[in-house]
Parts: sequence; C-alpha cells; structure tokens
Amino acid sequence: MPKRPDIQSVLVIGSGPIVIGQAAEFDYSGTQACRVLRSEGVRVILVNPNPATIMTDPDFADATYVEPITTEILEAIIAQERPDAVLPTLGGQTALNAAIALDEAGILEKYGVELIGAKVEAIQKGEDRQQFKELVIAAGADVARSYIVHTVPDAVAAAEDLGYPLVVRPSFTMGGLGSGFAHDPEELRRMVADGLHQSPTTEVLLEESILGWKEYELELMRDTADNTVVVCSIENVDPVGVHTGDSITVAPALTLTDREYQRLRDIGIDIIRAVGVDTGGCNIQFAVEPTTGRVIVIEMNPRVSRSSALASKATGFPIAKIAAKLAIGYRLDEIPNDITKVTPASFEPTLDYIVVKVPRFAFEKFPSADATLTTTMKSVGEAMAIGRNYSTALQKALRSLEKRGSSFHWDTNVAPKSELIEIAKTPTDGRIVTVQQALRAGATVEELYAATGIDPWFLDQIVLINEVAAEIASLRPLDEAMFRLAKDHGFSDAQIAQLRGLDEEQVRNLRWQLGVRPVYKTVDTCAGEFPALTPYHYSSYDFETEVAPSSAQKVVILGSGPNRIGQGVEFDYSCVHASFALHDAGFETIMINCNPETVSTDYDTSDRLYFEPLTLEDVLEVIHAESQSGELVGVIVQLGGQTALGLAKGLEAAGVPILGTSPAAIDLAEERGLFSGILDRAGLIAPRNGTAVDAPSAVAVAEAIGYPVLVRPSYVLGGRGMEIVYDTPSLEDYFDRVREQAIIGPGSPLLVDRFLDDALEIDIDALFDGERLYVGGIMEHIEEAGVHSGDSACTLPPVTLGRDVLDRVVEATRRIAEGIGVQGLLNVQFAIGAGVLYVLEANPRASRTVPFVSKALGIPLAKAAALMMVGRSIDRLVDDGLLPPEDGSHVPLDSPISVKEAVLPFKRFRTREGNVVDSVLGPEMRSTGEVMGIDADFPRAFSKSQDAAYGGLPQSGTVFVSVADRDKRAVVLPVLRLAQLGFDIVATEGTAEVLARNGIRADTVRKYSMGEGGVEGTIVDLINQGRIDIVINTPSGRSARADGIEIRTATVAADKPLFTTIAQVGAAVGSLEARSQPIRVRSLQDYALDRAARAGVAG
Amino acid sequence: MIDTDPAVLVLEDGSRFTGRAYGARGRTLGEAVFATGMTGYQETLTDPSYAGQIVVMTAPHIGNTGVNDEDPESRRIWVSGYVVRDPSRVVSNFRADGSLDEDLTRNGVVGISGVDTRAITRRLRDVGSMRAGIFSGDDAALIADEQVRIVKSGARMAGLNLSAEVSVASATVTPARGERLGALAVLDLGVKQATIENLADRGFEVHVLPQDVTLDELLAIQPVAVFYSNGPGDPAASGDHVALLRGVLDQRLPFFGICFGNQLLGRALGLDTYKLPYGHRGINQPVLDKATGRVEITAHNHGFAVDAPLEGIIESPNGYGRLEVSHVGLNDNVVEGLRALDIPAFSVQYHPEAAAGPHDANYLFDRFAELVRTHSARTPEEAE
Repeated sequence: MPKRPDIQSVLVIGSGPIVIGQAAEFDYSGTQACRVLRSEGVRVILVNPNPATIMTDPDFADATYVEPITTEILEAIIAQERPDAVLPTLGGQTALNAAIALDEAGILEKYGVELIGAKVEAIQKGEDRQQFKELVIAAGADVARSYIVHTVPDAVAAAEDLGYPLVVRPSFTMGGLGSGFAHDPEELRRMVADGLHQSPTTEVLLEESILGWKEYELELMRDTADNTVVVCSIENVDPVGVHTGDSITVAPALTLTDREYQRLRDIGIDIIRAVGVDTGGCNIQFAVEPTTGRVIVIEMNPRVSRSSALASKATGFPIAKIAAKLAIGYRLDEIPNDITKVTPASFEPTLDYIVVKVPRFAFEKFPSADATLTTTMKSVGEAMAIGRNYSTALQKALRSLEKRGSSFHWDTNVAPKSELIEIAKTPTDGRIVTVQQALRAGATVEELYAATGIDPWFLDQIVLINEVAAEIASLRPLDEAMFRLAKDHGFSDAQIAQLRGLDEEQVRNLRWQLGVRPVYKTVDTCAGEFPALTPYHYSSYDFETEVAPSSAQKVVILGSGPNRIGQGVEFDYSCVHASFALHDAGFETIMINCNPETVSTDYDTSDRLYFEPLTLEDVLEVIHAESQSGELVGVIVQLGGQTALGLAKGLEAAGVPILGTSPAAIDLAEERGLFSGILDRAGLIAPRNGTAVDAPSAVAVAEAIGYPVLVRPSYVLGGRGMEIVYDTPSLEDYFDRVREQAIIGPGSPLLVDRFLDDALEIDIDALFDGERLYVGGIMEHIEEAGVHSGDSACTLPPVTLGRDVLDRVVEATRRIAEGIGVQGLLNVQFAIGAGVLYVLEANPRASRTVPFVSKALGIPLAKAAALMMVGRSIDRLVDDGLLPPEDGSHVPLDSPISVKEAVLPFKRFRTREGNVVDSVLGPEMRSTGEVMGIDADFPRAFSKSQDAAYGGLPQSGTVFVSVADRDKRAVVLPVLRLAQLGFDIVATEGTAEVLARNGIRADTVRKYSMGEGGVEGTIVDLINQGRIDIVINTPSGRSARADGIEIRTATVAADKPLFTTIAQVGAAVGSLEARSQPIRVRSLQDYALDRAARAGVAG
Repeated sequence: MIDTDPAVLVLEDGSRFTGRAYGARGRTLGEAVFATGMTGYQETLTDPSYAGQIVVMTAPHIGNTGVNDEDPESRRIWVSGYVVRDPSRVVSNFRADGSLDEDLTRNGVVGISGVDTRAITRRLRDVGSMRAGIFSGDDAALIADEQVRIVKSGARMAGLNLSAEVSVASATVTPARGERLGALAVLDLGVKQATIENLADRGFEVHVLPQDVTLDELLAIQPVAVFYSNGPGDPAASGDHVALLRGVLDQRLPFFGICFGNQLLGRALGLDTYKLPYGHRGINQPVLDKATGRVEITAHNHGFAVDAPLEGIIESPNGYGRLEVSHVGLNDNVVEGLRALDIPAFSVQYHPEAAAGPHDANYLFDRFAELVRTHSARTPEEAE
C-alpha cells in the first residue's frame, strides 16, 4: 500500500533530555523521521524539550515545540495543531509512555488523533511482563520462569521457588532502570521496594537467573502486508548479566550456526506478529544457554531503540527512516534501499565486515558509585568501529573511547594471572583489558571463560591479538609484512610504537615509507553484491580502495567521538550544522566520527562519511585518502569538542590546514600564563590564580592566593577533575584521587583559582571574524558560581543583570576575542561578585550552549561559524540573511525567556552498600543532558524547564528545609512564600529556629545523625516513607556533610524534587506561583515570526 | 605468525590475489562465485549445487562454530575451492565435533585465506563469474602466466552438465512422517538433506532417484507426485532431464521443482534459460509472491535463470497450457518462480528448504502437499 492519503500531519514525540539509557540515538532516529515525513509532504509537528538536539532545529519540522512531554502540554499542542496522527515510536520509552498516557486520558479519542507506528495494544503486549510472557510461550519459544509481584512480601515468597540469585525487573522503565540481580533476601527486599516505586504500574517481575548465558539481539521490521525482515543480529560479548547498553557488542552475531540463528529469527518473527507491530520496527533480546542452545526471550521493544540506531549504522539500513515510512502506510518493498538505490528495503542486509560497539562510562564522575556492571545501564555513551575482521574492529573501537587504558597494552609489568582472573570475574568498565592482561599473564581461554562467560571464540581473538603483539615486539624487522600483520589486527601506530620502543611518529613515518596505508571500504548493505552509491566508508588494510575521486573543494569536519558527560549531543549539533551549511555553500563535506548514536554519523548528513576513530593516525589517513583528488580546503576542529580540538596541533604539524581559530590561538586561551597576558592587555581581571604541576606546587599556589580555591586540570571538558578545595589537606587528598586519571602533568598543568563565593556566573557565546563581534547570546546562571556551567540552570536573556553589566560582558568578550585571534566561535564565562567582573575562562570553540542559544534566539551560530571558517565575514552572513541583523547582546523586552536546566543521573548510580550516590552539585559536571523551557516570562519558563527535566513540582504537600548557616538569611523569604502557597514546612532544629523567628511555622524533625528517638523517625525516615514532597538542602562546607548526603540521597532515591542552592529555591517558588496561569505552547517557528514582526516594526 | 605457506587465487582475467593456504594444499579449478550468507558455511559447502565452483565467502569470519554431523546437506563437501578472509582458529559451539579446516583438508578441498574477499567479490560482480584457480603448496610457486593458462584450460560452467557427479548412484527411500500422502519421486540433481526432511514431514515417502532414471523406472514406484531438486550445471545442457520431466507432465502428475528444477520446468514448458552475470548466492534475497503480494526473504544459489515475461499469462510453447511467473526477485527482477495454470506443476528458483537461510518460504512444501491432495481428490484414478 502506498502512502496513506488520510495522514497529512503528524505529531512526532521526541525523547526529551539525554539521560542514561535514552541518549543521542533518539535524536538520530527522530531527525531521520522528521526528514522523511517532510519529504513525503506530511506536515510535521515535533515536541521535544531537549534544545541540544538536531531534530528540534526549526528546519526539521513545520512546527517545533520545545516544550515538556507531559500529558497536559501534549494536549495543548494537539488542540492547537490538530494533527491527524501521533508517532511515538521514535522517541524512546518517554514517547511511548507519553502516548499511552494520552490514550488513557482519552485525548487521542477526543481530538480524533490516530496513534501510528505502534498501536496501544502492541505497546502494552510488548511491555507488560505477563502479557509478553504468554505471547512468547504461544509463539513456541521459552521465557525464564518468573513471577509478577506487587508487594515486597510476595517477592520474598516467589524467591523461595526461583532460588537466588534472581533477576528483578520493574515494569515500564527504560534502560533497565531499577533492574538487577538479587543475591539474597535482603537485597531482594531493597530492590523490589525501589522497583515498585519506579514502575509506573507498581509492578515488578522476578525471574530465574540466566546469568552467563550468551546474549543476542535481533532488529526486526514489519509492514502492513506482514512482510518482515531482520535487519541485523547483534551478539553481546559480555554474557547475560550486563545490560546490553553496557556490553561490548558485535554485529553480525559470530558464534551461531545457521540452524541456531534461524531459530532466533523464526521466534523473532512470531513475536513481532503476535505483538502486532505492523508498521515499524522492534528489538528482541534473546539468551542462549551455551551448553545446550536453549533459547529464552528476554524482552522486546516495539519501537526504535539504541540497538536499532547501532544496527542502522552497522548495516547502512536506516531503521528509523524506514519505520517512519511504514508508519504512514508504505510497505517495505515500496521503499528503495538508500545505499544501492535500485534494490528494495524488503531485504536483510548482509555484512562483509565486523562492527564492534564499546560503551563509555563515567564512573570517574561518581567516585563513590559501585562500578560493577549489572542489568541497569550505567554507560553514558558508546563508540562503534568497523573493521574487516573482529580483532581490527575491537581495537579500533577501544581506541575510539579516547580514554586512558581503554586500549590493549603491553606494559612490561603485568599483574599475576590469578589476581587478574579474579578481577575479571566482576564485569566492570575495562574488563576486556583485564582479560587481555590475564591472557598475557598466562591464563588460558578455559580459565577466562569460566571467570567471565565470554565466548571462547572472542577470548581466542584476544589471544590472537597478544600473539601478534609478541610478533611485533620480536626482533624481526619492522618491514611491510610485519606492518600488514599488525594492521590487519587493528594495531595502532601508537601500540606498535609501544611494542617496539619507538615513538608513534617514527612508526608512522616508517610505515608510510614502506607504503603501508589503509584503503577504504564501503558499508553497502549487501556485501558488494550491488554497486553502492552512498560514500559511507571505513578503513581496512586490504588492497582495493573504494574512495571515489572527486574534483570538489573538500572540508573535513571532525566529530566529537563517544558521548560522555561534558561532551554530548550539543557538539554533534554543531558538527551537523557546519556540514549542512558548507554543503549548501558548495563544498564537499567529509565527516569523521565514531559515535553510532549521532546524526553526524548518518550517511545522509555529509557528502562523505568515514566511520573512524578520532585519533591523529586515523584522521591523518582519511585526510591522505581524500587528498588524492580534489582540493582539501581544510579541517574543522572547533566544533567537535575537546576531542577534535585535541587533534589540532598534530594535524597542523602534519601540514594539514586547520580552518578557523589557529591551534596557536587555541593555546592562548588554554594556557594560563598566555591567557593572563591577554587579560592584562585587555584590562580585564581573573580571580587570583596560578598553575601547578604537582601537589607541592599546588599547595604553594593555594596558600599564596588563599582558600577556598577552585582547581581544574587544563585541556579537559566538562570540568573533569574540577573541585572547590577548602584547605591544604583536601588539596593533597585531591591529588591522591586524580592520580589514576593522569590528567595533571607538565604538559597539562593544574589551574588553581581563588574561588568566588556568592558570585553570579555569566556565559556568552559569540562569533568573531577578526573585525566584528557578533553575540549569540548571554546567559545568566541560576546557581551561583561553583556549580559547573553544564550542571547549572541558566536563563537567556538574563533576568537580573542590568544593561551596564551586559555591555561590560560584551566589551570584555570583544577584547578577549581580539586578544586570542578568534576566527569563529568563542565562549567566555564570567563571574560577577561585588560588582567586579571576573573572567573565568574562554574557549575558542563551539560550546555546549550553542544549540540552546541558537534555538532561544533563532541565531544559527554553528552554521555561521562554519562559513566564517571558510572565509565569510560576519557582515556578509548578515547581508546573506543567515544571521539576523540584531545580534544577541540586547534582547528586546517582549521576547520570550528561555531557561536551560540540567538533568542529572544520580539515580542510576549506587554505592557498594546499595545507596544512591550523593547528589550535590559542584564544579565537576555530572549532568547527562539538558532541557529548555521557553515562555513569556522567567517563572513560567523555569516552570516548564522543571516539568521537562523532572516531571514538575508538586502543587502542595510538605517541604523540608535544612540549609547551611550562610544560606539561612536568604532562605527565609522563599520559604515564607511556600508556606503562604499552602505547603507544610518541616525543618531541622537550627533552620526551624530561624524560620520561627521570622514568623514561619515549621515542625522540627530529627537529624539523621541523631538517630531514631523512640517513635519519632529522622528526616531520612520521613523521606523514605514518602512524607516529604520537596527537599531544600544546601551543603555546608566540610562539616555536617554526612547529614546532608543522607538527606540528598534519600531524596533522589524517593524521586522527589531537591534544591541544593538558594537560587534554585527562588526560581522554583516563582514557577509554583506561575502555575495558576493557563498553559501556553508556542512553536519555535511562531517565535521566529514574532521576531520577524518585531524587526519589521523596528526597521 | 607471518605467513610462510602462501596461496594464490587466479581469475581468468588475470587478476591475482595472494594469501595463505587454507584447507588442502595443491591446485583446484572451478567457476569463481561469491556467496553472501553470514551463517551456514557448513550447509553451503555440502550443497551439491556448488559442485564445480570456487566459492568466495563475503562474510569474513568463517569456521567459528566448527562442523557437526547434523548440518551437512549431503554426504560430502562439493565446492571445488574455498576462499575466505579470516578462518577461525578455534571452534566454539556446543554441537561442534570438529574444525572446518580439518574437514576441508580431509575432503581435499583446496582453499585460500587472508585475501581481500571484497575486492574479489566486486571484481566478480563487475566482470561476472569467471573461471578461477587456487594454487597452494608446490603449485603456489608456478609462474603467473602458467597459472592463468591452467585456469583458462578449465571447463566453463555454461554448457556443463554436472548432474551425474552429484547424484546418488541408486535410489534411497525416506519414510513418510505423519499422515502418509504417498510415494514421491525426487530426481536427485543435487538434492539437499533439508529438502528430503521437509518432504518427508509433509507425508511423502521420499524416493530419491538417480538423475539418469528413466520414466518407466520412475513410474514404477507409483509416485503421487514428482519433485526435481536443486543442482549444479547449465539447464540448457540437461536435455534428458527435461525430456523426463515432459514425460511426467504428460502423465499429469503433480510436480514441484526448486532451483535447477525450476529451470528444467521452464525448459520443459518451452521457455528459455540464460546465464546470469554473477548469479544469486545468499540468504537475504527478497522475492515477491505475486499471488499474495508478500515478500519473502529467501536463500538463493543459482547462476542461471528462466527467461519469461514477469507480468501476464502466457501460453506454454510446448503445449502445456497457460503459465505465469509466480515469483519475482526484487533486487534485479529475475524470474524466481513458475506456475502452470492448466497442469498441476509449479516451481521456484530459490530454496524453500533454506539450510542455510530463512524459513520464510517453507510454506511452499505445504502448498505442494496441498496440490497433491487436491489433485488426488479430483482424479482418484491417477492416485495411488
């Protein structure tokens, strides 16, 4: 059946902020869907509060609502836009849950809106454990024995039958939140209690343990004619027990015979039919008992998923795009295969290469968290690599992680075998390297199979890699044959250098002299059976290259690699925009990146895509290959975050032209001494500061400038290793803690700044072309200085800063831009304390806030920056109409206010004892994503940002207040307002006293440290019992922290709003008051019309 | 580890791909073709349709799950040569009872590994299937021109009849399972075990007959229907099998043919067959069933195809009434199935028995059984 004529407008629901378990892959899926639907002439209405995404760019939808995904807001949008259909299968679990809520509230029926992509019954069959179990059994497959429970005592009883360990899975949560293994009744009680709370249906499934079984996934698609295809099989290298998002995975499956594979395929097809997914895709997870082949179906998701994004990149089959087409009526055989153009999408891709995905974790951000991998996903990003064989793909993927120690190594020292085997028993970040070391130390494949459950085939591949390493390290000459052997198993020049005792550059030069260079193969969905017309390449040390010559002017854009805290989808946004702008300007754009979740690695985004690690070696080889034809204009490094920027010097040294701000200028901003010089000449001041390379020199600096000090390593993003230090012992302790990460040394000194208590932070994003400064936007942080800008909420335009302050900020930015010699984007952070403007740092690159600013004010900063890097002036970009004539220095009073709020992952992380990790904000960034609230004034915009980030604030109930002495004065007024709004107030003794003297009635509650007093519980007990609805708790220096930690962790565990700064409390009170006003939703396109109208009036 | 046991794959156009010896050492000649399945190498190797061919596997890792005694599709390995990129060093599967490398060596199959299989595949795609040779052991040292000369001295697939090579020497019988439909005469042109199992599961007593069986011998088993299997070779060189089939069709016995059997039905009905440039060999091929409008993902292994108009009904030039193309390959619009409308005969160009491959087309065996049932009901005098 061709496209349905009755669907002319579709509401696409996005996935909201980036959180663990639901990340950039849904931006990729959603962006694809929006593009496809629009190209089919469908009016696309999009809702997603995540400003960092590409999908929320006004170019991708007809009406883009950067609004919270709540039933209330969705109804308002539906009422306003009257779409024919809602498409919820591309926005992860968030969108599916939102669609079910719309259905249950009768809104779909009320407005006559059809759910497309997946029917409610299908969603429920897939997600409801009991229904799913019945359906799997009916399909002739097996499921783990299980019980559904709704109370803790029922769970304990069920466990008697199932035995320990057993699996606990709350229903309807995403990314496996709350699920894991319970090894004893105590653990079971805790996990079930949490799980019942997290499940929207207060339901938990208990299941027999299949720990250690082989784990597989299939990605399936089905159309209205019941045509079903399996797009990709994925095998988890880590066996069952580790969430698939945290596993190393490989595509295609490598250890199944055809008989076993077809069995999975048959079961998968039966399930997709039985569930009733008939216009889209689904993901099914299987466990296979390694000794018998017994198959158990673990779960299915009737929507696109993280795995489907991976499968799309791995195969070249764009699942989300096809799903969108199926949703509006097409059949698979009516859709052409994008890559071959001549064959249809109703086929199953076949691969002549191996794809390996490795997760990237952020445990260094949560030192108290238990780093054991479980069925709850904990990774924050992933890297994918393509190789002609597994060893190459694995080694490429590991080096794509850009993390010290993530690659295999052959240091002279190796720990004893027994110790390594013992460590390998627990799945953790980096276990694969432990396994490699254990094999080096003499462990056998059998021993490691027993310890890890990793299939012997995968273990043997590591044995092979070690054998090749031994060969490289031997005394035999480093000749062409040796290089070819090494390269055919993915060894980097750096690894060869380590093995031969050379440096990387020597190895590279020798290799080049011998003419050993990679060729580039094509991802073509069909293993070469048909010609591929899409240049989606990966390197291999085979003999035939498939890079087509071109006479174009080429620009290489370096992406930002795996997502991590501090470097996420925001940077991909800038890279993608640059690619679009340069393509439109007539350049051939060449993207290099290794992150499968992103839009930048969609083969549709750039003219050419190289799925390669972002290391100097890999990038230089791509540039060499592309330099064989056409004209290489240069490489853009300032959009891909620290990953791309970090390559600038090496590329420049190799003679590669760097576009935009020069590496030398970048150094001026990064290197403290040079930057001080710039500030001096510009007449600007920074907080008192110094640099240090080790603990003694840091102590000397700190004592000279006075505590508290803010310490931060240079050349890092996301405030890695950034802390506020109050005294010398803490500073020494700091060095002990970061030693492992090796982020401080002579090449990358530690910056020590006087910390400005109670200062206000200001961020600015701007463009500079050598002549003119063009302000993108000025943001005022809501939290005071000391909270990382990525974790701090901020408002654009500022709401408490006077015009004179803004003028000073703009002028200071201009001087800094001139001083550095910026050519393109610049982000500067200021603090203002006691009327003095301090410069905290300047980054001559795309910042995290570029997409937020672009959406808030309609200024396409990244596109403009890309064009400036190839020589366009700001004047010309204004003349061309790309940039609005008025920049963002002064936003007219009748403009809307945009608030950005960070989303934090504390709930995901538990200490070894099972408690949630502490959730106080600090100078090290820990948020995984962000949301934006936009409305006419600050309180309403802030309110929307809270709804989007945390599901909103309660309208009534009990507020608990316990603040540090320095905050006691400031907290009085907001708490008074809360009391007036009808909230009950509970406080600890000291705070209660202050409130009482100010006429606010507050019940006193026992501190946690006081312990239980008879019948009276402590505050932590009250929180655990759900008797507290909002918690206000500011940390007080170093003392009394223990109480605070217990309160905050209990609050996060109970999923209640928590405010750790007074500024947040003030904003929250304002937003509660704003609740009484009617909801207003407005699309970015309408805001743009408002701006145009204003400009028209002004002009 | 640096290889000292070289091998070379030589194509008749003179292209050479040097790699490492794999399997048996020595020399082998055949038609180079590529197969794109990612699973099922054991089934592929033992599929008689690959007789006379040097098979290039596009999937890089081959041999990971070893070999077992359940998955072979016939009594031996049939490929003349085997080309893989990364042969497995170990065996990892609970059903395995040996390694592929040993199995190849034991069967005397000369192979090569460590070559750019994608480059070879692209070459075969662009130029078409070619005669080729693998040279290892002492033969690896032969001078290049000599190797090309040897390759060019090999037989071309076009015009080749290989049925005698792969067929059983004497009849074998597999009992029917479940409700018995009657005896089925299977002409063994290279039949696969999975086909026999599928037919027996449908209630046929499966008589696998040697390819040189006469019509009288065939009728002597009193078949309720006749089945032509897959197999190697050029259908244009199989005049005897076509003549036999015409005898069967003249008897109005229900007929089902797959793969080679489809080409032979085409010829028996009076259609022509032709050689595809590089054939279909994979387990991911989309085929449209024109009757239902549904697409099935199917296993293919064919270098020849039937020449017939994809749309509309035509008259059999040989007087068997009306016929139509029932299935079409969606990748390149090749005829993938025929249906006679006036006699009980149909065939498909692909492999409903799969092995290796998806089971989407397995229903065709049911359709065959159904055809036999309705035919028997209609003409009881012709039934057993």
